[in-house]
Amino acid sequence: MGSSEHLHIVTSDDITPGRKRFGQTLVWGSAGLMLCVGAAQLVQSLGWQDFGFQTWRPTLYAFCLWATALCWAQVLVRGEQGKRTLFVLPAALFVVSLTIFPLLFGLIIAFSSWNLSSPDGRQFNGVANLVQMWNDPFYWNAMWNMVWYTLAIIVEYAIAFGLALLLNAQIRARKFFRVAFLLPLMLSPVAVSWMIGKSMLEPRFGPLARLGRAMGWENPSFFGSPEMAKLTIMLMDAWTFIPFMMIMLLAGLQAIPKELTEASRVDGATGWKSFWEVTFPLMLPVSVTAILIRIIFKLKLADIVINVTSGGPGGATDTVTSFIFREYRDRSNVGYGTMLAMVYLVFIVIAMTILMKLAARWSGPKT
Amino acid sequence: MTETAIFKDSAADRSFRAKWFANRLVVYGVLILWAVICLFPIYWTITTSFKMAPNVMQGNMVPWVDFQPKWLGWKSLGLSPDTIGTESTVRDEFVKRFLNSSITALVSSLLAVILGSLAAYGLSRFSYKFLWMKNDDISFFFLSQLILPPVVLALPFLVLYKELALLDTTIGLILLYTLSVLPIVIWIMRDQFASIPTELEEAAMVDGLGVWGAFFTIILPIALPGMVAAFILSLVLTWNEYFFAALLTSTHSNTLPVMVASQTGSQGISWWSMAALSTAAILPLVIIGVVLERFIIKGMAAGAVK
Repeated sequence: MGSSEHLHIVTSDDITPGRKRFGQTLVWGSAGLMLCVGAAQLVQSLGWQDFGFQTWRPTLYAFCLWATALCWAQVLVRGEQGKRTLFVLPAALFVVSLTIFPLLFGLIIAFSSWNLSSPDGRQFNGVANLVQMWNDPFYWNAMWNMVWYTLAIIVEYAIAFGLALLLNAQIRARKFFRVAFLLPLMLSPVAVSWMIGKSMLEPRFGPLARLGRAMGWENPSFFGSPEMAKLTIMLMDAWTFIPFMMIMLLAGLQAIPKELTEASRVDGATGWKSFWEVTFPLMLPVSVTAILIRIIFKLKLADIVINVTSGGPGGATDTVTSFIFREYRDRSNVGYGTMLAMVYLVFIVIAMTILMKLAARWSGPKT
Repeated sequence: MTETAIFKDSAADRSFRAKWFANRLVVYGVLILWAVICLFPIYWTITTSFKMAPNVMQGNMVPWVDFQPKWLGWKSLGLSPDTIGTESTVRDEFVKRFLNSSITALVSSLLAVILGSLAAYGLSRFSYKFLWMKNDDISFFFLSQLILPPVVLALPFLVLYKELALLDTTIGLILLYTLSVLPIVIWIMRDQFASIPTELEEAAMVDGLGVWGAFFTIILPIALPGMVAAFILSLVLTWNEYFFAALLTSTHSNTLPVMVASQTGSQGISWWSMAALSTAAILPLVIIGVVLERFIIKGMAAGAVK
């Protein structure tokens, strides 16, 4: 998206000083109101004086008022330029207030000992949470599991690519196959946990266990050993998300000009060779995008694990998210849980930055 | 290829045909195998909701052939033909969860599409500068929200919502869901708007329309398919969301996935009722998937191809 594609319009605004002043008063007035309400609530929560607030809602309302005033004042003060700002400003305010503020707040929580079920409330405890995390084998185990889960994407990618190639080939009933292949993605992971994890894989009556027995597997148990359980979770997650990569890759395949593949055929490249030397290199950018997005989704994996194994056996299937979820559910340990989540975020940001840099160098234009 | 054929295929041609035939066989074999893998769990869940205990134990699979379908599972939800008219607490519970899910998913997707489309349009048309951030930085800021794992926000939100009395409210959930699908909407819509030539608006503005007038009358109708795609994709994600709903709701506003999850442990082997519940939870999206497959694919393909 280069700047040359932008709209170029010159408009003349005549904004009266009165209108300008009104706009500015609006912004600063509402900001002042918000600060006053916020300060009053802070004073009350510190126990200095009681204003009779029940919740922090008044501050929230004051913030909404200020945000609205800010948007309106853009047009009042800056005219045409303000109208353009108005396209992005609501979304920006929304995201900033819902991520940046909670993240900063989360940082405070992360460095405190805070158990919601204990009456003591929040207490700063410095780096104690970090020390506890360092010595928590289950957390690092969950981290390692994430590495394994992420590596499984390579296999998912290969299968998705194969399916995309098949769907792109000359076949009948293409629409039927496309819809059928897409459906797993539409299903709620929680329902999938029951449908597959709890019923189809049930060792006595589940159809897959029966199939296993019919094929000579004595005691089919899909969550018995740590390795098997991890593999099963990987397969279930792959089942839901392969359609996602498949469709991105299919879109990439369909964008390849037919002449290119035909030309390579004329030049004598047969199927396998033409795939590796023509199709695959052309698909590299799409593949990188698909894999990166898939990694992002994989790092959020939790629903299936929470509902099927709750991390068991012995933490073999735990993901970081499901581990923190249980840390909160079982122990109401908000402080420690937030610290774990923050550290996870730092790891993700570092890993994704490296991956994106690598991807840009790898699939970018070669000079 | 009988003996009396006048024109005989050469041996090379015949081997080519055999190869082609084998090739087709493999292609369709793999396609059908994968279709079975994709569809069998859905088939299994739907049929199991009509089974009774002995059918489950014996592993019967095909209705009317090896077992007689019964309404047992649906009766436990109060949705079978003979219980549909009567009072049923389970059905009330189910309907409540279903409505919660629908409202949360629809409103948050709509909100995300509105906010996201506006932002994406602005970013594709005008140049902004906020502090050190230019257009590309602002885009990156929005898209980078995608890598934020829900677990990082979950606990701070839990505490914040408690203070704001937003815990266990639909509005609280809607705000979070909107936040979580917004980057995806911006990703899709940015691509949409970039493919619409700017000459269209320029012409409209020469005719005297303002920026917003041009957006609503000229651009919006053209970008509508993309917005529908973004909406449906958001709908799928928000309808299926479990993590935030499990943490932030308890009795009033919890959604269908939370209800399904809470039943999984307690039901033991009464598979028919779990199957009925799962079927009810997945059916709306299965229908959307079959009917609106075009839009979903369009949405996911956006940005894949530059």
